[in-house]
Amino acid sequence: MTSTVTTIQHAAPPYSGPRAFVRRLRHGDEIAHLITLTFAAAILLITSMLVWELWVNSHLSRAKFGWNFFWTQTWDPIFDNFGAAPFIYGTLVTSIVALVIAVPLGLASAIFLSELAPRKISDAVSFLIDLLAAVPSVIYGLLGIFVVVPLMRSWLGPFLINTLGKVPVLGKLFAGPNYGVGFFTAGIVLAIMVVPFIISVSREVLLTVPREQREAALALGATRWESTSKVVVPWARTGIMGSIFLALARALGETMAVTMVIGNDPKISASLLHPGYTIAAVIANEFTEATGDLYLSALIELGLVLFLMTFILNGLARILIVATERGGGRPA
Amino acid sequence: MNRALLIWRKSLNVVMLTLTGVAALSVVSVLFLILGYLIWHGGASLSWNFFTQLPKPVGETGGGMANAIVGSLKLLLLAAVIGLPVGLMAGVYLAEFGGQTFSFVIRYTTDLLNGVPSIVIGIFAYSLVVLPVKHFSTLAGGFALGIMVIPITVRSTEEFLRAIPGTLREGAMALGASKWKTIATVVLPAASGGILTGMLLALARVAGETAPLLFTAFSNRFWSPGWSQPIASLPVMIYTYAIAPYDDWHRQAWAAGLVLLGLVLLANLGCRLALNRGGNVRSV
Repeated sequence: MTSTVTTIQHAAPPYSGPRAFVRRLRHGDEIAHLITLTFAAAILLITSMLVWELWVNSHLSRAKFGWNFFWTQTWDPIFDNFGAAPFIYGTLVTSIVALVIAVPLGLASAIFLSELAPRKISDAVSFLIDLLAAVPSVIYGLLGIFVVVPLMRSWLGPFLINTLGKVPVLGKLFAGPNYGVGFFTAGIVLAIMVVPFIISVSREVLLTVPREQREAALALGATRWESTSKVVVPWARTGIMGSIFLALARALGETMAVTMVIGNDPKISASLLHPGYTIAAVIANEFTEATGDLYLSALIELGLVLFLMTFILNGLARILIVATERGGGRPA
Repeated sequence: MNRALLIWRKSLNVVMLTLTGVAALSVVSVLFLILGYLIWHGGASLSWNFFTQLPKPVGETGGGMANAIVGSLKLLLLAAVIGLPVGLMAGVYLAEFGGQTFSFVIRYTTDLLNGVPSIVIGIFAYSLVVLPVKHFSTLAGGFALGIMVIPITVRSTEEFLRAIPGTLREGAMALGASKWKTIATVVLPAASGGILTGMLLALARVAGETAPLLFTAFSNRFWSPGWSQPIASLPVMIYTYAIAPYDDWHRQAWAAGLVLLGLVLLANLGCRLALNRGGNVRSV
């Protein structure tokens, strides 16, 4: 009780200058402010140190290969010749395959959850989808190796070669031989991994679309699907793009599941059924075995490239999602 | 003509809406497929030995992953010690003290840190902790996981603090409590349930991380006393056992996968149920 009284007495008189600062320090608020501020600033420090370490430790590789690093296709640890092209290619291709599968699936599910399902069912399903997002990636890898790869080898792969493989231009993407491991397999596993992110963010965004928009469309005689596809989705499209970017950033950086199913072969091949390699996978596989400073430095530069890719995508995604949730979306 | 159009529109409506339902159903069924498959395969290989014995030398069947289970726990403990305080304090700053610009910068950085691929966090921990001492260690692994815990904790802490009504703060301050006293004795206790749940979720998320451990904690087929030696962990063991060519190792990978998934999902299930039901009940 006494302390309460003194507090009030201290707070009242108008001190100024350093004396006031000392008083306020004694008061405790400034100290608490400073302490929490220090921890918050620590996050800035950690992130900048992360960038700094990647930059400094990739110095050897950057100095030796320069920009050529990006389009050199050889990866030859024995003769110390390193190029990132096959890995960048693999990372992009697997992520694109993942998005081609995951975006329609995720968007459709989000539409179902936000537009059709009763709130209770929608919440329950979203709950399960959140759990799906919590499954560790190494578990996806485990299932990838023992379930998806055999499926791909004995059934889906031959099926794709015999159907899509026969189509004139598209056929190049599905040319044999089929090993079971490869870009397409990695893409499938990645798709399953990123779908929960697309669903949960898109659902949130779709739920922010004002009800009047739907009602107006329905009142004009639109069917439920027309109101959804022509009014609701266009309204939320910026946020949906954001969710796709988030998913893409995650797919690019995903390591374990991809490493276990992509085949780990640093080659650029047109066929999605062929084995490849990604940035994250080569770092995971070769980092501990990297003999020689240049080798390690090249791997760290790959890490830097991966960091920058996800950094840019994440930044864009945040901006888009915030823009829609603040009501920036406009009907088409 | 008009009638045909109407029929077309109506059937399109039904078909598309059904498809969205099918999509949602198929995504959810993936969760049950994963669970079922792991229980089927992992359950059969799970035994008492799995929890109590060390891995057997290559070629011998049997053995367990006792060291990996303890290893994962040790790494998580370190991650909690390193990551949670920073996350909590920064979260308090953002919710209670932060101004406009600086808070925005911190929030943005936190989100970006959250999006950094885990393998890159691994490189960071490697160059910061492993390179100077030139050997893999428990400490390096815990550091990597701790970094990953920070952004998740910050955001959940901030969110739960913000959910506490301002009237509660005003009430405490009207009674003469200073700001920090208000925060420490009124606001934080009121939000403690949510904050702790958020922390547990953060730990559950990094518990399954493999990539940042590959070249920080590395792995170990024996016990790892102290904090400065390489240490085994469940996710890394699953990875090495799954890509190895031995059937017995595959069986053990399934068992380890079941244990890991079980723990992670249980933690998630518990936390999310508690959050959904309670929300801010304790704050009112």
